[in-house]
Amino acid sequence: MSIDPFIIEILQVAALLIVAPVFTGWIKMVKCWFQGRTSPSLFQPWRDILKLFSKDVTLAENASWIFRFTPYLVFGISVMAGGIIPILSMDLPLSATADVIALVALFSIARFFTALAGMDIGTAFGGMGASREMTIASLAEPAMLMAVFAVSLVGKSTSLSQMAIVISEGHSLLRPSLVFALLAFILITLAETGRIPVDNPATHLELTMIHEAMILEYSGRHLALIEWASMMKLFLFAVLGIASFVPWGIPRNGELFSVAIALLVLLFKLAGIGVVLVLIETGLAKMRIFRITEFLGSAFLFATIGMMSYFMLE
Amino acid sequence: MNVLLASHINSLLASFILLTAFGLVVQRRMNALLHLFAWQGFFLAVSTAIVGYLGGAHDLYISSVLTLAIKVALLPYILHRLIVKLKIHKEVETVVNIPATMLMGIVLVIFSYHLTAPIRELSTLVTRSTLAVALATVMLGFLMMITRKHAVTQIIGFLAMENGLLFAATSATYGMPLVVELGVALDLLIAAFIFGMFFFHISTTFDSLDVDQMARLKEED
Repeated sequence: MSIDPFIIEILQVAALLIVAPVFTGWIKMVKCWFQGRTSPSLFQPWRDILKLFSKDVTLAENASWIFRFTPYLVFGISVMAGGIIPILSMDLPLSATADVIALVALFSIARFFTALAGMDIGTAFGGMGASREMTIASLAEPAMLMAVFAVSLVGKSTSLSQMAIVISEGHSLLRPSLVFALLAFILITLAETGRIPVDNPATHLELTMIHEAMILEYSGRHLALIEWASMMKLFLFAVLGIASFVPWGIPRNGELFSVAIALLVLLFKLAGIGVVLVLIETGLAKMRIFRITEFLGSAFLFATIGMMSYFMLE
Repeated sequence: MNVLLASHINSLLASFILLTAFGLVVQRRMNALLHLFAWQGFFLAVSTAIVGYLGGAHDLYISSVLTLAIKVALLPYILHRLIVKLKIHKEVETVVNIPATMLMGIVLVIFSYHLTAPIRELSTLVTRSTLAVALATVMLGFLMMITRKHAVTQIIGFLAMENGLLFAATSATYGMPLVVELGVALDLLIAAFIFGMFFFHISTTFDSLDVDQMARLKEED
């Protein structure tokens, strides 16, 4: 029995909305295990979000429409990205409308508005966070695009579905270009989703926070939407990595049975990614902010070597 | 192991050699430099053995074992002893800052790809595509010798250049004659001893291994 692609699209977005907080919860859980602490429940991020939704919004007096508009925009972009990346099936109607470059652009629109909202209230922290975030973004985005180009050279297309199809056909784990693009992608993911060597998602210490500083003034449902969106962003980077480097298990078309299998495989891969992420986070200390240039510089280097080794070695 | 898989692994090893070459150019700490150098030697040894298998040139196995013994074990060990003896494991001074050096390295890789493109067209060997990487490794070793001020790091750059040359020889012609390789290996070993003595003299004369100090060697006028 085959499911309509539009229904798969809706299923995918639902999976994104539901699984993303659980994925974050899983990472926190594994991290607690690694540090010998008792972990909160897997569904703690869900409880936090629901609690925030039931609270009132406190708005600063001089908050403009940008401040109120940003949470919805960021949330909407994350949901839309969930429709573009092949998560449960490669046959997606939305995937044809936007390729991976458009996806990078979507993420940068979200970041642009978050930075604007950070500065909108006029507190010192918001401005500091915005400036740091944009510094990191200006370094991460070229590297991200280079990594994307390296993968799309192998996949012979910039459309994510097309890339996933081509890569899942070849025995591509031994391709130098993909190995380097994967290395670059991991470094970029750490920077873009604000994980440990670049930013610490758990900190509210004034001088070290980056992403948290921008959203410091948000409360209530606005905060819930933004937190939810940043959990989704982590999830989206994970599934983007799956779709471009290990797409095995994502079915070509929407057979009911294979979609169910795809969901199981996805959960399995996500669990693995969570463990890897925790290993990286517990193994490294947070970097000094001026070292980030070198960190993302090496991401750019890996991506470029990946792209060049496609021409040189393959 | 079929030929296709072997040549895939060889390409992967070639890219790892390139990666370690970049690592050498950008790494700050002395001990990490030595580790990277040893890894580069290791990848080179494995790659040499695979090329020997692919081309049926069995004397390459001997060359691979020699690489393993000298470049992975002996030279890093000697350099490590030197570093401990001269107490120089702190951060290395560079002339140009690290991200700029990275970009220069990328330009060098593109340049060497461009330079070896005609050879790639003419050659019929399975390993012809790794020649660009070999040349790039030589260039990166050269870049390292230029951008670093410290005598020991310059020597590591020199040895990395030699790695690149050996790699170029194996990928372009399935290796040099065994006599030549034995000679080069012996030369390297002796060079390492001579470098050791030189370092010792430089550091006793100037209290530092920074080669900029040697500007003071000229006569007063």
